[in-house]
Amino acid sequence: MTTTRGFTGRRQTKADEKRVPPGQYVTDDFPVLSAGPTPHTQVDKWTLSLQDSGSLVGKWTWEEFHALPRTELTVDIHCVTKWSKLGTVWEGVTIDDLLAAAGLDEPPAPYLMAHCDGGYTTNLPLEDLLDGKGLVVTRFDGEPLPPEHGGPARLLVPHLYFWKSAKWVRRLRFMAQDEPGFWESLGYHIYGDPWREQRYDGD
Amino acid sequence: MTGIEAAPQPAGAGTRRLAWRRAEVVERVAETRRATTLFLDIPGWPGHLAGQHVDVRLTAEDGYQAQRSYSIASPPEVPRVALTVERLEDGEVSPWLADEARPGDRFELRGPIGGYFAWSVTAGGPLLLVAGGSGVAPLMAMLRHRAACGEAGRAVPARLLLSSRSFADIIYREELERLGSAPGGPVIVHTLTRERPPPGWGGHARRIDERMLAEVGFPPAAAPKIFICGPTPMVEAAADAAVAVGHEPGRIKTERFGATGGG
Repeated sequence: MTTTRGFTGRRQTKADEKRVPPGQYVTDDFPVLSAGPTPHTQVDKWTLSLQDSGSLVGKWTWEEFHALPRTELTVDIHCVTKWSKLGTVWEGVTIDDLLAAAGLDEPPAPYLMAHCDGGYTTNLPLEDLLDGKGLVVTRFDGEPLPPEHGGPARLLVPHLYFWKSAKWVRRLRFMAQDEPGFWESLGYHIYGDPWREQRYDGD
Repeated sequence: MTGIEAAPQPAGAGTRRLAWRRAEVVERVAETRRATTLFLDIPGWPGHLAGQHVDVRLTAEDGYQAQRSYSIASPPEVPRVALTVERLEDGEVSPWLADEARPGDRFELRGPIGGYFAWSVTAGGPLLLVAGGSGVAPLMAMLRHRAACGEAGRAVPARLLLSSRSFADIIYREELERLGSAPGGPVIVHTLTRERPPPGWGGHARRIDERMLAEVGFPPAAAPKIFICGPTPMVEAAADAAVAVGHEPGRIKTERFGATGGG
């Protein structure tokens, strides 16, 4: 280990230590990271689709989506660019409730690709989305989700690095086999567990 | 939906783990009141593309570590890797890098990271670069790379629009002037946002907006490759302006850093 002369650092509080994965620091801000311009999709043009092997198995307009059972969740989030934000409050629909609304007793395939406005994609195992672990959220901190943070709707999978919580989500596509999404094709980790510090391919 | 098109991966990117390497500071150059460039010797450095970044890890005596990401400012053609770091007032890592680091000091680093916000002469142009403050660092790597490529570089029309707080806060000001006045050099346009420009100022004096981008940038029909880097509000505004001017969103690549005091 190379120690750095003259560096002392700013320690986490004891309470934060257990909640902050290795290599992360706590911020009170909400930084924005995106690969391109922010899409500004109007809610009357917004739909969310569920796709299996080329066929549509579910589709909701903004209104229909808001008629589904809603869940509020308070969680810590961790971005691969090193910031963590503790105690963030989100509201949306769990993937469990989406599948139920589509009449699916269980997911038709073990993996899923999220497709977003702007062309972004990210891949996830279904088991990381079920049992309340994954949501499509439309509200942050009691307010509609702003476009730069992924509004009108983004995925929320807080136990993985935040690039997995795809902004501007529009379509969830089931996959028989895992395939890399956007950042996963560009050197980032295929799974992205912050507690195992899986930032980049090979970590 | 617009397709997002990815830059080619640098050689060596693959399934091997990105190793932490030991970087030694060989030179420091004060760029502005807040920004410092560190030139690093990194044994085993695998090379990079202009626009990529590194993760820096500092370790205190008692083993406490802190990591942050910094863009590479040097072009692939130069063996010494340069990082330009702006000191954030309540930052944890940037004050050490910007104020404390001296030749001979060592820290850990891994990279290069990011194959998307990257450009090489072979990718062609025209190249439209838009930066705010120290967000110019990865774009400077692109301009330096372009200059290092001689005729092939000069064949790619390039423009840089750089937004700085004040005249004294312009990073790389003299080098940009040299690059811009060289035959076939890029067009460099400045705008100042906080302080009144000096007498005889040839640049703009307001935040980047649609009108400025329409004036400075290439027309949408020229299909420029657009790279925007800077603080989040500046990038949001410039990217929205580029879309409003008529540039295809899929050709606009952005890199944002939060003014978080975290760096």
